Amino acid sequence: MKDFQYAAPTTIQAATSLLTEHGSGARILAGGTDIIVQLREGLREADIVVDIKKIPELRECQYSDESGLCLGAAVTCCEIYEDADLAGRYGALADSTHIIGGWQIQSRASVGGNLCNASPAADTIPALIVLNAEAQVTGPNGQRTIAADAFCTGPGINSLVDGEFVVAIQIPPQSASMGSAYQRFIPRNEMDIAVVGVGSWIELDADGNIANARISLGAVAATPLFAVEASQFLVGKEPSDDNFAEAAELAKQIATPITDMRGTAHYRTHLVGVLVKRTLTTALARAQA
Amino acid sequence: MATTPYRVIGTRPVRHDGADKVTGKAVYTADFKLPGLQAGFVLRSPHPHAKIVSIDTSAAEATAGVSAVVTGADFPNVQDKIAQLGEGSVNLAHLSANCMAKDKVLYKGHAVAAVSATNAHIAEEAAAKIVVEYEMLPSVTDIMEAMADDAPLLHADLFTDDLGQKADTASNVAVHMHFEKGDVAAGFEQADVVVEAEFKTATVHQGYIEPHAIVADYNEDGRVRLWTATQGSFTCRQQTAEILQIGVGDVLVTPCEIGGGFGGKIAVYLEPTAAILSKKAGRPVSILMTRTDVFEATGPTPASFMRVKVGAKNDGTLIAGEAWIAYDAGAFPGGVIGPGCMCVFSCYDIEHAVVDGYDVCVNKPHTKAYRAPGATQVAFAMEQLMDELAEQLDICPLEIRMKNAVKEGSRRVDGPVYPQIGYVECLEALRDSDHWNSPLTGDNRGRGIAGGFWFGCGLKSSAACSVNSDGTINLLEGSTDIGGSRASLAMQLAETLGIESSDINPMVGDTDSVGYTDVTGGSRVTFATGLAAYEAGRDLQSQMKVRAAELWECETNDVSIADDGTFSGNGKTAGFKDLATQLFSSGEALVGRATVAPECPTNGFAAHIVDVEVDPDTGKVTILRYTAIQDAGTAIHPSYVEGQMQGGAVQGIGWALNEEYFFNDDDQMTNASFLDYRMPTMLDVPMIDTIIVETGNADHPYGVRGVGEPPIIPPPPAIGNAIYNATQTRMRELPMSPPKVWQAMQSSD
Repeated sequence: MKDFQYAAPTTIQAATSLLTEHGSGARILAGGTDIIVQLREGLREADIVVDIKKIPELRECQYSDESGLCLGAAVTCCEIYEDADLAGRYGALADSTHIIGGWQIQSRASVGGNLCNASPAADTIPALIVLNAEAQVTGPNGQRTIAADAFCTGPGINSLVDGEFVVAIQIPPQSASMGSAYQRFIPRNEMDIAVVGVGSWIELDADGNIANARISLGAVAATPLFAVEASQFLVGKEPSDDNFAEAAELAKQIATPITDMRGTAHYRTHLVGVLVKRTLTTALARAQA
Repeated sequence: MATTPYRVIGTRPVRHDGADKVTGKAVYTADFKLPGLQAGFVLRSPHPHAKIVSIDTSAAEATAGVSAVVTGADFPNVQDKIAQLGEGSVNLAHLSANCMAKDKVLYKGHAVAAVSATNAHIAEEAAAKIVVEYEMLPSVTDIMEAMADDAPLLHADLFTDDLGQKADTASNVAVHMHFEKGDVAAGFEQADVVVEAEFKTATVHQGYIEPHAIVADYNEDGRVRLWTATQGSFTCRQQTAEILQIGVGDVLVTPCEIGGGFGGKIAVYLEPTAAILSKKAGRPVSILMTRTDVFEATGPTPASFMRVKVGAKNDGTLIAGEAWIAYDAGAFPGGVIGPGCMCVFSCYDIEHAVVDGYDVCVNKPHTKAYRAPGATQVAFAMEQLMDELAEQLDICPLEIRMKNAVKEGSRRVDGPVYPQIGYVECLEALRDSDHWNSPLTGDNRGRGIAGGFWFGCGLKSSAACSVNSDGTINLLEGSTDIGGSRASLAMQLAETLGIESSDINPMVGDTDSVGYTDVTGGSRVTFATGLAAYEAGRDLQSQMKVRAAELWECETNDVSIADDGTFSGNGKTAGFKDLATQLFSSGEALVGRATVAPECPTNGFAAHIVDVEVDPDTGKVTILRYTAIQDAGTAIHPSYVEGQMQGGAVQGIGWALNEEYFFNDDDQMTNASFLDYRMPTMLDVPMIDTIIVETGNADHPYGVRGVGEPPIIPPPPAIGNAIYNATQTRMRELPMSPPKVWQAMQSSD
C-alpha cells in the first residue's frame, strides 16, 4: 500500500477545496468500508484520503411529507434500518442496508458511499433507483443533482468529476399506497456479494390496481439497471402473479450478465425472473398493508 | 448416561488456556516481536506454469530500509529424499522448491523471491521492483486432462510409479496404486443389482482462521530459532533443517498458539525463507501471509475424479465393489490418494473388491492433508451409491448400512482386519435418535444419512511432569494444542494420579525442552500423548512408592496405590498431593517422564443425519436439522469431543455446498478470499446436535479413540442423499452449489 495523506474537513467548502486541489489524487472516505480495502489491496491509489463524515450536513437525516427524505451522504446503514419510521416508509432501502456486510460494516458503511463506489452488485443502488432517488452533488462549479439510475457509468465508475462529492441523497415522499422491496440472491445467508439483486416499487390506485411501478436490477450489467419496459408494463394492470411473471420476463430481456465465480450468465438471467416476482410480491404486500 | 468408573474423565472442567484465549492474551505468532525485527514479504508468481529465465533483484536491494533479498539461488540444493511427517511424507527436494521456486513456477502464488525491510510497506514496495522474466508454459489444472498423453508436463523427471515399476516416459501421474481382495469379476457375477457412477469433487482449502506466520532468528552461532504456528514442532524442525542443510540440533522451534491447522500446517512454507532472510539481514525476520497467499500457496486438499461400482444381492448384502480414483496432488507428487483408496470401502464388509488410485500433478498449489485426508471425497461417491442400491432394492438406507457395516473381524480392501470397532453402535444410535424418529414434513424437503471412517494413528509422543512443593504438577508435553488437548491431557494425568485437572499446569514445550513428539494430526493427540501423560503419571507413582516406603519405613512392595490415587503402606495413607508435599521436604524433587510410540490405529467411525430444504427456483440448499453421531471410545472432555464433531460437520457442510477453487481460462485462481471462497457462516448452519457413542478402545488405558477427523466425512454424501430425497435429483459433483443444483434439477425434469 502506498503512503497517503489524510484530512478530515468539517465544512463542505473545505472539503471542496481539498478535493479540487488534489484532483484525481484524492479519494473520499465516508464509512471507509470499500476504500480502505481497495487501497490495501492496490485496487485504487490515493495521494490524499478526504474523510467527509466530520461535515455536519453529511450526517443529517430528515424526512417530511412534502419534500421526502434528505439522507446525508455519510449516514450509516444501521441508522436507516434501525429507524422504524424510515424503514417502514422505504422498505427497499431498509432491506438493502440490512444485508450489506455484518453489524460492524453496517455501523460504518453509508448509502452515499455504496452509491459512489458504483459496484454493479451494490445492494442499495437498485433500491435507490426504484425509489426515484437523486444525488445532491457539490463541487468547484457549484451544485447539481444526478438521478440514481444515471449515477453509475461503469463498474467502479460514477459520473462525478474531480472536486465533486455527494452531499446528500434526496428521495421522494412515500404515501400509504406505495410499497417497495429489495432482495438479492447469494449462495450463503450473509457476508456475500449479490449474484443478482432486484429492487421493486409499486404504487396502487384507489381500485387496488398498479398506478405506477419501478423495477431495478443489480449485478447483471456494467451498472445497476432501471428496467423501464418491465416497469411500464405493470402500469394500469392488476397486481397478479401472471402480470408479475410477465414483468419478470421483460426484465430478463435487459440483463446482460457475465459468467464468473459468482454464477453463470444463464443462471443469473434466470434469477432475475425469480427475484422480480419475489420483490414485486413483497412490495405489493407492503403497499396493501 | 451410564455410570463411569472415572472421577475426572467425562467431566467438563474449564480449559487451562481458556482465559488467555477469551481475553485476547494468548500469543500467536503474529503477536510475537523481537528487538530489531524485520518484516518480510514474499513475491509470488502470477502465472500457473512458467520457466524462470532471470530474476533481477538489484532495484529491491538498493531500496532504503531493505535488509535482505533472497531467491531460489540462496537455497541449498537438496537431494531427493523422503521425510516422514507423521501424517504423510514429503520429498525434501520438492518441499524446498515449493518454499521457493528454483527454475520453474508451477502454480499461481508460487514463491519466487522474498524481501525483508524495516517495515512491511517497504518490503512490499521493494518486492514490486524485482524483475522476473518468465517464459510461459502451457498449464493444466483438470485431473483428467493432466492424465492425458498430450498434457503439459509439470516435471520432466517424473515417471509413474506403477505398482512399484517405474514407467519409461515422463508423465503427470506420480503413482498408480492398487488394492484387491477376493475375486471381483466373480463377485459382480453373483450380484443381483449393480450401481455405478462417476463423481467429481472440487479443490477445497482447510480454511484455518489464522494465516501462516513465522518469526525466524538466525543466530551468530549458527543456530536458527523459529517461532511459528505449526501442527508439529519437531517435523517443522526436521523440514527446516533439511532444507537449510543444517543439523536438527541447530534448529529450535517454539510453537506459538495456533489458530487451526486441519492438516495444512504440517509442511513448512515460510520457515526456510525467513531463516535465510534473517541470516542475510543479521536480524530476526517475520513473515505473515495474507488470506490470498494462504489460498494460492498453501493447502489445499485434492480435487477428485472417481468411478465407483458396487454390487449387491437381493437381500441387500454387498458382494462386490470396484473403484477407480484419481486425486490431484497439485504441483508436486504426494497427495492423499493412499488413504482415499483405503477408505472408499472401509465402512462395509464387501467380499470382493478392487481399488485403483492415481496421484496426479496439476498446476495448483501442492495439495495437503485436510481432516481425514482423502476420505471425504470417496465417501461422497460410496455413501450415495449405498442409497442408490437401497432404493433399487427397496430397502431403508439405514438398514442396508446396518446389514453391511464392518465389525470386529471384517477385513478392509487394503488388508487390515478390524479389532473391536463401533460403526454398528453409531448406526444403532442413529436409529434410536430423536432426529431419525421425528418425521420430516413440508415441500422440497429431504433427509439423508451417511457414514464415515478414519484410521486414527499412534506415532511418537513424550511428556514429563514435575511435581511442585504443594503437590500440583507442571505437565510438559510436545503436542501443539489445536483442539483443547492441554485440557484432555491434564485430565488423563489427573485421573491417573487422583488429583484435579486444575491441579495441573499443562504446557506445550519447544523442541529443546520436551521429548520428540510427532504432529498434532491423525486424531492422535488425546490418544497417544494422552497415553504418554498416563505413563508419565505411572512413572511418578512408582518413584513415589519407593520414596513413600522410605518415609513410612517399609518395603516398596508394601506400598499400594488405590484406584483413586491414594498411597497406603505400613498402616499409613496419604493422597497424592499430601504425599508429594511430604516428599518435597525429604529429598529429591519428583519428575515423571514417558515417551510412547503406539502403532495401532484407533479406528473412528461416524454416522450423520441431515434434513434439507431445496429452493426449487434457485437450487439453494438450506440445512434444517443436523445430528452427528460418533464413537469416541471414551470421551475425555465431552465438550471438546462435541466441538470436534460440530466443527467437522460444519467444514463438511461447507465442502458439500459452496466451497471450491475457481480457476479462470488462464488457470489462475480467481476467488482467493473468504468473500468468494464460501465457507459457511453462523447463519448457514443450524445447531449441530451430537450423540457421543463410547465403545472403548482396548489399546488405551482409558479407551480413547481419535475423534478429530471422522466428522468431516459424512456431510457431503448425507447432504447429497437428502437433496435426492427432496428433489429426486442425484448430485454427482461437489460442491452442490445453487447453480449446479438448479441446473441438475432442470436436467432431471
